[in-house]
Amino acid sequence: MDVQLLVTCLADQLAPEVGEATVRLLEGLGHRVRFPEAQTCCGQPAFNDGFPDDAAVLAARTVDVFAAADPVVVPSGSCATMVRHFYPGLLARTPHAEAARALAARTFELSEFVVRVLGRTDVGARFSGRVTYHDSCHLLRELGIRDEPRRLLAAVAALELVEMGYAEHCCGFGGAFAVKFPEVSVAILDAKVARIVATGAEAVVANDTGCLIQLAGGLRRHGAAVRTLHLAQVLAPAPDV
Amino acid sequence: MAAPAADDFRARAAAAAGDAALHRKLDVASLRFLDERAQVFAALPDAEARRDRARAVKAHAIASLATLLPQLEQRFTANGGVVHWARDAAEACAIVLDIATRAGVRLVVKGKSMVSEEIALNAALAAADIEAVETDLGEYIVQLAGEPPSHIITPAIHLSQDDVADLFARRLGEPRHATAEALTAAARRVLRTKFRAAGMGVTGVNFASAESGALVVVENEGNGRMALTLPRIHVALMGIEKVVARDEDLAPMLELLPRSATGQSLTSYVSLVTGPRRPDEMDGPDEVHLVVLDNGRTRLLADPIMREALYCLRCGACLNACPVYRRIGGHAYGYAYSGPIGAVIAPALLGVERVADLPYASTLCGACRDVCPVRIDIPHLLLEWRARIAAAVPRSWGERLLVRAWRTIAASPPLYHVATGAMRAAFAVVAHVPALAALLPPLAAWRRGRELPTFATRPFHRRWRERRVASPDGA
Repeated sequence: MDVQLLVTCLADQLAPEVGEATVRLLEGLGHRVRFPEAQTCCGQPAFNDGFPDDAAVLAARTVDVFAAADPVVVPSGSCATMVRHFYPGLLARTPHAEAARALAARTFELSEFVVRVLGRTDVGARFSGRVTYHDSCHLLRELGIRDEPRRLLAAVAALELVEMGYAEHCCGFGGAFAVKFPEVSVAILDAKVARIVATGAEAVVANDTGCLIQLAGGLRRHGAAVRTLHLAQVLAPAPDV
Repeated sequence: MAAPAADDFRARAAAAAGDAALHRKLDVASLRFLDERAQVFAALPDAEARRDRARAVKAHAIASLATLLPQLEQRFTANGGVVHWARDAAEACAIVLDIATRAGVRLVVKGKSMVSEEIALNAALAAADIEAVETDLGEYIVQLAGEPPSHIITPAIHLSQDDVADLFARRLGEPRHATAEALTAAARRVLRTKFRAAGMGVTGVNFASAESGALVVVENEGNGRMALTLPRIHVALMGIEKVVARDEDLAPMLELLPRSATGQSLTSYVSLVTGPRRPDEMDGPDEVHLVVLDNGRTRLLADPIMREALYCLRCGACLNACPVYRRIGGHAYGYAYSGPIGAVIAPALLGVERVADLPYASTLCGACRDVCPVRIDIPHLLLEWRARIAAAVPRSWGERLLVRAWRTIAASPPLYHVATGAMRAAFAVVAHVPALAALLPPLAAWRRGRELPTFATRPFHRRWRERRVASPDGA
């Protein structure tokens, strides 16, 4: 089928390899990926900071940008939550109301899309090493996705999945929270870093670029030799050279 | 510890965030409660349906306060008690003080009551030269330490056993005790004499039934039971939100409150107060008073979105589940009610200008909502507060400017590419000359304890364009 990629502004700018891996993964599974090039930011930062009217402007244009009927795949639980849970309310009494509801209904986070929509858990990937998985908050608690990423990881050849303690605890990112309350954000992060390091994993996997830059920032500051990887980077076939 | 002072939240939060000893103490208790809560809920048949039922009970009660509260007054009075209505903290304190003064009370023993913390009752009693002694062990500890409670359920959660041993040695003139049992026994020796001598017992109320006029007091140490039976006068303090319609509504509440609070199926003591001692009864007080407090709650009631905050059972589960609370503790919030639920109700009860930082002190992770026995949508309410604060509080203008700028940039792809290019340059400069981060406060804030991410030299948009040009037919 044809799928539309909502890459997210964070991945676009900070981790384009996540977008590329998402494309390779979906194409490897036999689907055609469209990337509407007018996409920018879904409006979540403004929404979470208490500016719903500004968020609604970006929501409305995102609804327009993804007007095609194909499913929309997002390599981020947080941005998928924004589109799915908050767009319909934000755009409810606007000309975009109907289209926002329709977009919400065809928008999926990546692991959710692969497991629930495509019905795949073994995507034929191989990754040799021990990894641990961090539950991103919106993915887990807004979208209810706990098992899907783990099932995908468990099916990867040569990969050893070890659970960290309290994998479902927040990493302390929280968007603007990370810089509004930096000491608190870092204190939360330090606890998470200690639990990651305690697993002895060589990589921590998560499904949100926001969490991943927070985790990478903490791991590097502590000098921990643990890589941060988006799930798509573990699952995707190697790029053609 | 008297007047709530939530104004300096940022400074207190930052200081507590650096206190590793505090973090260890908070983790010991809050993670244990969280684990035990998870186990006991997993073992409870139809737990989710019970939460729905408890929420429905509270929703019905809060929507019917206008009829339930007069009904409670009528039944409680018919049971031989006296009901007092307090609009605010000052009125509530004056009522308790008046009852005490009239009866010549010099010593008050207190069961645990967060409402008494909210209204700063101990300070009001002290000002009238009436001694008030906390008898819940945790409350007694923080009272000796001269501190307010730092958790709704576990007031001394910020103190270790060693801290308590030092405190008792210092304040009680005891030898330094090494075990929790010896420390408890020491407190017990003091408190027994207070119970015997007290002229009045003050307790909180967990639930009140409008149908029978019964008050329910839930606790584990028996001190609440003693405070409401031993002294001649019992004064119970409750917020208007504690009433439920019927006796049978108490069952779902009593199922969920201890499970959510401490992971217990049932607390050691559940007292039902149905009036003063009757002629054929062995014990109980001669007078029972119920002080029903508004103190800003009707503002929540009148607010169709925030109203569900009144469903709160004060179980403290959201504190244990909150990553922010677990790193800053209750004192940082500067108010009797801390943690996620505190951040929701403080703006309503204290005035949003005074505590405008609180709703932002959350990653919106949603763990609070997951453990709330009545499913209060705390993240949603925090977002709602943020929207109201952004619209009303003048100091948000700098932020408004930033948000408006980003909105304008992101609404136009060419602007987006130019602006993100500029950010990439700024991050690259800071990566080479870290001192320059001082010019960009958010980058400086990020670099406290974390390395900065790097912007990609070729963002995804560009990579996609290059690929499209290389193979025009698509993949």
